Amino acid sequence: MPMTRREFVRGGVAAFTVSFGAPRFISDLAEAQGQGRRNLVVLYLSGGNDALSTLVPYTDPQYYARRPTLAVPAASVLQIGADRSGRPLGLHPRLTGLRTIFNAGRLAVIQRTGYSNSSRSHFEGTDIWSTADPSSPGGFGWLGRYLDRLPSPVDPLAAWSTTGSVPRTLQARTVGVPAIPNAATYAFASPNGGTDAGFARSSAIRIASHLPVDRPHLAFVNATAQAAFATLDRVQQVGAYRASVTYPNNGLGLALRTVAGAMVNQVGTRVFWVQTGGFDTHAGQGTNANGTYAGLMGTLDGALSAFYADLLNQGLLGDTLVLQFSEFSRRIDENASQGTDHGAAGIMLALGGGVRGGLYGNAPNLRAGDPSLENNSTDVRFETDFRSVYATVIERWLGADPAAVLGATFPAGPAFL
Amino acid sequence: MAPQREEDIAHLFRRAGFGASAADVDRFARLGIVSFSTAVSYLLNYQAQPDDVDAKIGQAGYVSVASPARFAPTSVINDARQRLLFRMVHSPRPLQEKMALFWHNHFATAHSKIAGDTSSEEATRLLSAKPAEDAGGVRGQMTLLRDYALGNFRDLLIEIAKDPAMLFWLDGRTNVRARPQENFARELMELFTMGVGTFTESDVYAGARVFTGWNLSRPGAGAAQRYTFNYAANNHETTAKEFTFAIYPDGNRVIPARAASAGMQDGIDLINAVAAHPKTGPRLARKLYEFFINETDEPDAALIDEVAGIYYARGYEIEPMVRRLLLSSQFRDPANYNKRFSWPVEYVVRALKEVGWTGFSLGDALTPLTNMGQQLLEPPDVSGWNLGTGWFSTGAMLARMNFASQLATNQRFALRDSFRGVGSTPESVLSEALDRLMPADFDSGGEAALMDYLRSGAAWSGSDAQLLTKVPGLVHLIVGSGEYQLN
Repeated sequence: MPMTRREFVRGGVAAFTVSFGAPRFISDLAEAQGQGRRNLVVLYLSGGNDALSTLVPYTDPQYYARRPTLAVPAASVLQIGADRSGRPLGLHPRLTGLRTIFNAGRLAVIQRTGYSNSSRSHFEGTDIWSTADPSSPGGFGWLGRYLDRLPSPVDPLAAWSTTGSVPRTLQARTVGVPAIPNAATYAFASPNGGTDAGFARSSAIRIASHLPVDRPHLAFVNATAQAAFATLDRVQQVGAYRASVTYPNNGLGLALRTVAGAMVNQVGTRVFWVQTGGFDTHAGQGTNANGTYAGLMGTLDGALSAFYADLLNQGLLGDTLVLQFSEFSRRIDENASQGTDHGAAGIMLALGGGVRGGLYGNAPNLRAGDPSLENNSTDVRFETDFRSVYATVIERWLGADPAAVLGATFPAGPAFL
Repeated sequence: MAPQREEDIAHLFRRAGFGASAADVDRFARLGIVSFSTAVSYLLNYQAQPDDVDAKIGQAGYVSVASPARFAPTSVINDARQRLLFRMVHSPRPLQEKMALFWHNHFATAHSKIAGDTSSEEATRLLSAKPAEDAGGVRGQMTLLRDYALGNFRDLLIEIAKDPAMLFWLDGRTNVRARPQENFARELMELFTMGVGTFTESDVYAGARVFTGWNLSRPGAGAAQRYTFNYAANNHETTAKEFTFAIYPDGNRVIPARAASAGMQDGIDLINAVAAHPKTGPRLARKLYEFFINETDEPDAALIDEVAGIYYARGYEIEPMVRRLLLSSQFRDPANYNKRFSWPVEYVVRALKEVGWTGFSLGDALTPLTNMGQQLLEPPDVSGWNLGTGWFSTGAMLARMNFASQLATNQRFALRDSFRGVGSTPESVLSEALDRLMPADFDSGGEAALMDYLRSGAAWSGSDAQLLTKVPGLVHLIVGSGEYQLN
């Protein structure tokens, strides 16, 4: 059954009452639940990343025939070997840092991930990837359901969205996830200084502590305010984080810097959400030279490389797994606007100290009629169900029961962990 | 009892406008708006009110803008944002501005992409300009949405399909015969009209072909040079297009093959069909219901059905739908008061109206609004903002509380002065503040927390110094409370 917003509000409120009942013990909780210190960083490329430009089948003549202006020349791809069938593949030329990580055995590239009857809608597609439920993608997120299964009460910083809102992936029945785009400005201001500011803060906390059961919508807002107060002090430490490397000065770089700061300060967060956009490249995709897509790859590579280096320096790489996805990939044929429209199966990346790096899955054969294609051979057909990848992460990284979290079992996926 | 009547008018102005300031109330009294029904008439018949609000920008007695001497709302994006906010605070046509905001969310178009394809200045112009102020007569998208605020939805769809900002935003300008481009056709069906699940991928392809040739030209020279809609017949794909839903009233699902010169009719036919689709009316009715009546409880299916019926019966006119909602018993039912989550711009504008704006610059509201999750003219994607509970994350809630602090600090002297007459006791101060700000009811614990704040520190004297501390402090707590985020 799809969940209505009202049920979400109700569920959220019931839960908040539990999870924020004892804020005094939060630091103890963080300590207890932070055991193992393993972190999962979910990286969402919004808009539908064009997998054929991230991982280029540079020996497939159909790739060059069907992408007359957008194909990446074979001479410029960063070769990373071949898939099991011997088909050579290369990373986009701007992914030099990721190739280094790949060569170090810490990057897994999982090809042709998706699901049957892939949605070409951004919104439905994102919901499906977020809930791991293609048949009714209106419910709680797959990681929200994981959070719901943590021992109660759950630390309000158990998960952390680095965007301004809480993505569906992290929406949970019993756990309110904070959205903290900038740790440095995550503070409570008052018109007056000194002791009066203290009086104001304690009154505001008291006002927010009222969660009227007959007004669940008000309780939802107040619970959000409560969660803000409960996380304020720990987050402010993160705002002062001094990284061991210089991160690129863009949204993704700063978000990953914040994540590293949270890890180094041991605030207790287990799941982070990081997002970068601009992948809906219908027109002027610009895969080569200084084009749009090349810029997107440069942003991705710069931020992930800095994050990797920082974690390595801080001794945290072994505790960290970055899992990247996008809501769909794109059409094989470029359109007349030198862009690509919404497609189907894409690639996922997994990066971290615990990752068994390499190329997983088989590249599509872009010749019309090949069984690796669908939709009249205009799209790539999935080979690995994305939920198999989630199941591996849940079981082998988060130590939880994938069938309980995902609500079903899936065939064993690539053994990248 | 008088308070009930005042409450329903206050509720009306919060929902069908952006709240009512003390100055607004005085003006309404002069206009003879003394009852709920006269207030509804005033709001709906906004054409009777002057459309001169932009001329007040920079004048004394109105909220300020940053750098008024260099104010350039048709070329500087943050000035365009400030002008939108200014209109929300001061327009004598509040429902028109409210509906323009509704449509801005519905046809959500972002400046950044258009700027990437043109320039920041040109993108601002395409979103914000009014024909009379533009050398090339450009009607920006927000002006278009304002023109059709309560107009005909089918006509609005046609104008939107031809709108230069939209032709950049959803790539219509690159949709050509050789390789149709699906972006606009998909969102026309999925987001603007029928909704997800009502069409197939083949409809998207057919729809893309329908709109081939709906493109732009750039006539004129100098300051008058502008992008404008142009049907490029040579780029139109002329074969027949078949859909899975009825295109014509007789149930025919095929748009016939047409000569390229007549091919623009394809798009008109498809827009007529999606406007007439049986899912479009209910979807719009539901969206308007949640915007005006209640977005937190189970929707009133009978009222939504009725409003959807009005949509079809009245030939897609929006005004009768909104009129029916505002005049419904449900609208005035106190059980539906405070059952919406204020959008950040609603919150900010209401606070300005209720707390005060003398000496406040709208430029100082832009970063807080971004932190709250609503940067005007920059929706997160074409589906618009994530409404309702989606506005509330910890970071966004802190941004709201911190804006309340910023505004109360900015207004501290005016607040002290206006509370002097009621400063004798903390009880009278609290009572005055609640009357003025009208948050949803606090429970006894919340009121006690507010009272304890007033009593904390030095014993109550009601001195100017104490009022200068405690009144802004109290206003901060109320405007920053969960109760005040409801509308």
